[in-house]
Amino acid sequence: MPAALRRLAPLLWLSPALALIGVVVLWPVVVMVQSSFQQIGGEGFVVGYNGTTNYHNLFHEPDFVSVLLRTVVWVVVVVAVTVLLSLGLAQLLHQKFPGRRLTRWALIIPWAASVMMTALIFKWALDPNVGVINVILHHIGVVKQYGSNQADWLGNPTSALAWMMAVAIFVSLPFTTYAILSGLQGIPGDVYEAAQIDGATSWRSYLGVTLPLLRPAILVATLINVINVFNSFPIIWEMTRGGPGYETSTSTIYMIDLKQSDVGQAASMSVFNFLLVIVIVLVYLSTTRWKEQVDQ
Amino acid sequence: MITTTKPAPRLDTAGRTAPRKRRPLRTWVIAVAAYVIAVIFLLPYLEMLVMALRPNNELGLATILPKHWTFSNFTTLWSSGLGGSIGTSLEIAAGATVIVLLVALPAAYCSARRRFRGRVAFLLLVLATQMFQPAAMLVGIQREFSDFGLPPTLSLIVVNAAFNLAFAVWILTAFFASIPVELEEAAMVDGLGRVGALTRITLPLAAPGIVTALIFTFIAAWNEFLVALTLSLGQAPSQQPLTVAINNYIGEYSVDWGHLFAAGLVATVPVIILFAFIERRVVSGLTAGAVK
Repeated sequence: MPAALRRLAPLLWLSPALALIGVVVLWPVVVMVQSSFQQIGGEGFVVGYNGTTNYHNLFHEPDFVSVLLRTVVWVVVVVAVTVLLSLGLAQLLHQKFPGRRLTRWALIIPWAASVMMTALIFKWALDPNVGVINVILHHIGVVKQYGSNQADWLGNPTSALAWMMAVAIFVSLPFTTYAILSGLQGIPGDVYEAAQIDGATSWRSYLGVTLPLLRPAILVATLINVINVFNSFPIIWEMTRGGPGYETSTSTIYMIDLKQSDVGQAASMSVFNFLLVIVIVLVYLSTTRWKEQVDQ
Repeated sequence: MITTTKPAPRLDTAGRTAPRKRRPLRTWVIAVAAYVIAVIFLLPYLEMLVMALRPNNELGLATILPKHWTFSNFTTLWSSGLGGSIGTSLEIAAGATVIVLLVALPAAYCSARRRFRGRVAFLLLVLATQMFQPAAMLVGIQREFSDFGLPPTLSLIVVNAAFNLAFAVWILTAFFASIPVELEEAAMVDGLGRVGALTRITLPLAAPGIVTALIFTFIAAWNEFLVALTLSLGQAPSQQPLTVAINNYIGEYSVDWGHLFAAGLVATVPVIILFAFIERRVVSGLTAGAVK
């Protein structure tokens, strides 16, 4: 076979993957950026280019700033609590005890089930009149009366956000815990023996030995969670639709709502979201000195 | 390179052959805490079962468990076109899985075996697509695919395949790279030929990775909601994938919770069982490339 052909051979093996990524993942980004500078009518009919009008209108939407701030809070709280709880859970499931295999299987259920279904279960369980969480809270005396404002958790923006964050954390825990667990399994046992000989208590050896060695696992798990939580859609959409008003909307929900009325402006919101994700990821990577980790 | 995670089974078996010691109290405290957490993770899905078995006339009762139990939600489920939705979801999930395998296998094999120019760039591109979520580019996807004019099921097959390609390429590259080239060469010397070496030696050895990629793609496509909701808008319920069709039980004024959760169980239980098979290898595939 001629040398030139041999050098092109890898392209042949990779071309189906490149084509699929190009057409379905990269091209929509181009279409999205293009749409964000167009005026688009109700049926997706392009009226024409309108410069930066979509962006201008978007930044002057009355709810824009509050939606962005809420998105930041949503991402930070959900990811931070998820990682903290997962550190504990992973430590627990790393111990040896009878039935460990089964408990690990129970943990994967929210990961394997569709997030939409989990969100619907909680929407039902929080029903102000008959939802099972309210029934339990009524039995232990927290909820005084069915159907009251107090029992209508999803009707009040603050309590609705709190419950939805709890659901988001619940469905993020399995992957995060498993990622940290696989990090724990990669730490050789003699590291602990050395720490023990040096007289470190278990808490001290956790902070001094385990956590630093877990850093790569925690980094990746956090990064993947940030991306997922930022884009998370089914939980808020199923439980409150972002309402009342936009008071429980994050930027993804807001964008999807905009899409119903003004596709061009929704596209500009998407582009903005997209840049925001890239910025979050870059800031996160630079503050955690990611390069050093990868180079090691 | 990427290694699959293995819990240390050696210690367990050693403990079994040695004279059995009484488990210390600490072990039982840990075990009980773990069981409680396991139950917490299980409860929401048990509630789904309780609701599916609750008679409709007890939906308005504020009780944890129903007074009577009924299977009628499961038997009447099929008259609402749910069978069609299951078929649509199966087509989408199976179609996406087949495409991912056909596309990812050659790409991963080539990336693992040959050091060509652009290899790192390709693997980085694939890793970057893992950071791209359909939700972030929904407007672009919707406009592009409405221009294509493909039937929704076909569009969803292609979209799900593309967004799950990264996981498959990474885990398969790791598996192929872990199989020594010498094994293939030896097989070729023995007269198997290149194709024979590939199908008789390499692919069987990479089978755990292939099965993981296959099941993971299937589950992700089966559970996908947002793109399905967007692209199957206006379809007859039986033509919509299961995740979208389940939402048809939510009416303007009332929700058919019994049927909704019965359908939810049908949609959820099979994938939980499938997931248990690949559970150990999924993490290494998702975090691969990031921690090398």
